[in-house]
Amino acid sequence: MKESCTITSYCTIRDNIAIHDGRLLFESKTKNFNEFASGLYRHSGISYPKFHKMDNLCKLGFLAAEILLKEKNLSYKYAGDEIGIILMNSSSSLDTDRNYQKTISNRTDYFPSPAVFVYTLPNVVIGEICIRHKIFGEGNFFITEKFNPSFVFNYISQLFDNDFVECCITGWVEISGNNFESVLFLIEKTGKTETGIANFEPSEIESIYNRK
Amino acid sequence: MEQLVQKLKEEIITSLNLSEMKPENIDEKAPLFVDGLGLDSIDALELTVLLEKKYGLKIKTSDEGKKVLYSVRSMAEFIRKNNKG
Amino acid sequence: MEEKTGFYDRLNQIISFVRDVYIFADSIITPLGFTTEDNTEAMLAGRSGIRLIEDEKMSPVPFYASLIDSQLLHNRFSSFGDPKKYTRFEKLAICSIKDALSKTDIDLSDSRTLFILSTTKGNVDLLETDPGDERLYLWNTANMVQRYFNFRNQPVIISDACISGVQAIITGARMIRAGFFDNAVINGTDIISEFVLSGFNSFQSLSKGLCRPFDKTRDGLSLGEGSGTIILTADPSLCGKIRIEAGEGFSTNDANHISGPSRTGEGLFLAISRILKKTPIAIDFISAHGTATSYNDEMESIAITRAGLQNVPVNSFKGYWGHTLGASGVIESIMGIYSIRNSILFNTAGFSEPGVSNPINIITRSESREIGNCLKIASGFGGCNAAILFRKK
Repeated sequence: MKESCTITSYCTIRDNIAIHDGRLLFESKTKNFNEFASGLYRHSGISYPKFHKMDNLCKLGFLAAEILLKEKNLSYKYAGDEIGIILMNSSSSLDTDRNYQKTISNRTDYFPSPAVFVYTLPNVVIGEICIRHKIFGEGNFFITEKFNPSFVFNYISQLFDNDFVECCITGWVEISGNNFESVLFLIEKTGKTETGIANFEPSEIESIYNRK
Repeated sequence: MEQLVQKLKEEIITSLNLSEMKPENIDEKAPLFVDGLGLDSIDALELTVLLEKKYGLKIKTSDEGKKVLYSVRSMAEFIRKNNKG
Repeated sequence: MEEKTGFYDRLNQIISFVRDVYIFADSIITPLGFTTEDNTEAMLAGRSGIRLIEDEKMSPVPFYASLIDSQLLHNRFSSFGDPKKYTRFEKLAICSIKDALSKTDIDLSDSRTLFILSTTKGNVDLLETDPGDERLYLWNTANMVQRYFNFRNQPVIISDACISGVQAIITGARMIRAGFFDNAVINGTDIISEFVLSGFNSFQSLSKGLCRPFDKTRDGLSLGEGSGTIILTADPSLCGKIRIEAGEGFSTNDANHISGPSRTGEGLFLAISRILKKTPIAIDFISAHGTATSYNDEMESIAITRAGLQNVPVNSFKGYWGHTLGASGVIESIMGIYSIRNSILFNTAGFSEPGVSNPINIITRSESREIGNCLKIASGFGGCNAAILFRKK
C-alpha cells in the first residue's frame, strides 16, 4: 500500500448489541430482528420515515452506518464523491428474496409486491446509506462465504493508492431471519486524521471483526 | 363513505410501512404524491396492488392512476364508483 | 502499517503500478448464439433474441423476453459435463467460460489468475422449489464453477445490480494493475425466472413488445438471459495484432432514490467525467445502458450531453438481447470491444424516432467505421452507475 491508512471508527451489531468504537451503545433482550432494529432506531434519536419501508438488510446496514458516522461530520472533511462504500455479505438479499417469493408462490393469491421486489438486490443497502449521508463515490457489493479481511485490505488499498477514494466505509452486512451481523469500518488516510482505532491492515481488520 | 376513508387510511399506512403515521394525521383530501404525504413511485405501484388485492380493482392507464391516486378521497370515490367498498 | 522494505517488493510495486490491462479472449451466449461470432452474425442480419413467450410457469400472461433454449444448452453442456450436477445458471456460465478459454492456450488455473463472477440473482429459480437450497448462495454457485475449471483462487463475486458486469471488468483490471494477479477470467450471467419477471412486471416497467431504446414510443424493458466471459491479462503478447486495453473505470452513486435514476444524471455524469479527466481523448463510440424505460434513457441522454459527448455515436444493444442484468455489462462490453476490433458500429435495434430531451447521436444502422475506443456505461437499482473505457493500443 502506497500511503498508510487508519481505521478511524468501527461499529459492530451482533448478538443483540450495538457497539461503537469499543463502547456498548445499545442492548436488547429480544431475539427478533424487527424489534431489535426498532429499538436501536428509537435509541438513535433520528427521524427518518423511510427507515420503516426498508427491508431488514437495509435496516441493518443503515443503522450500522448511522452509528459509524454519527460523530464524524464527514461532510466537513470530504466531498460526497470522495467517499466510497464497499460492502459484502454471504447471502446477498436472500432474506428479502424469500419474502418476495411468498408474494408470488400462490397463483390464486398472486400479488407481486414492488415495495418488496425493490429490495431484492444487496447493493440497495449502499443506495440507502448514500441517500442518507449524501455519498456519491465508488461503491461495490461483494459476496463471500465468510468475511475476508485480506480481500477487504487488498481491494480498499488500491482504491486509496489510486486516489479513487479519500475516505471509505467498508464491512459486512449479513442477515438471515433473526440471525444478523454487521461490522462496518471507516477508513481514512493516516495523514488526514488525528485520531484512530488501529492501522488499516488485515490483522487489525480481522481482530476488530472478531471482537465481541 | 367515511368508514371507507378510515379503512383506506389504515390500509395505506400498513401497506406502505408508514409506521410513524396515524390515520388521524392523514388529510383525506391532501395530495398523496409530491406534496402532502410525499409518496414516491414505488408507493404508487404498491397502492395499485392494494386496490387490486383488497378491492379487486385494476387501474388501466397511468393517467387513470394519477387521478385515482391523487388523494385518499379520490381513491375512496374510485372504489365506491365501482361498487366495491 | 507494515512497510514493504524488500528491494524486489518495491520494484514489483513500481512495475505493477504502471501495468496496462488487455482483453485477449471473450465469449457471448445468448439466444442469438453460443459464441461471440454467432451473435454478431445474427445482429448484422438484424435478428433479435426477444420474442413473445407463453409459459404459464413463468408468468400468468404471455410476455416478451429473450430466453435461451434450455434443450440446446443441455445438449451443449452434456458434451463436456454432467448436466445433472449443475443448475441451468451454472451450465450457462460454464459453457461461456469454456468457450472463452478455448481461445487461449495458457494455463489459467494458476495462482496468478482471478475468477470473477458477476450476477444479480444467480440460481434464484431454485427459490420456487426450495427456499433453503444451498445453491441459492452465490458463493456456492461460484465455487461450483471454480471447481469445474480448477481455478486456484477464491472467486470474487460481484452483485451490484445492473452495473455488476461493468464493475466486474473494472475490478478485474484494477486487481491486475495493482499487481495482485496477472490474469482475470470474468463471467457475467443471469437467467430469467418467474421471480425476476414478476418483479419487473410489478414495476410496470416491461415493454409490451420488443423494447425500443431511446425511442419516442418506448414503454419499458425486455428481459433477457445471457452469459458473457472476458479474459483480461497484463501480458500484451497474448493478444495478437490488435491489442485492446481495458482502461480506467469508475463507479458512483446518485444518492437520490433506490429505484429511479437521478433526473440530472448526476452519478453517471460523474463516472463519465472521471474517465474523461483521467484519459482526455476524443470518444469514438458509446455503448449505452439503454434499457428502454422512460426514465433510464432520458437520464442517460442528459448525462451524455452534460459530459459533452452528445455528438459521439451511441447505441444500446438491448434490442438484440434484452436486458440481461448481471450479464449485460459483460456482453455489451464484449460487443463494444468487437466493434473496435472489426471497425463496425451496430444499429440500435428497436429504435426509430428519438424520444429523449437531449439530442444524442443514436446509431440508426450498422456500418463500417474505424473506431479507436468505446466508452461503456451502465446504471442500476440502488442509484449505482459505472463507466469504463476500452481502447486500441
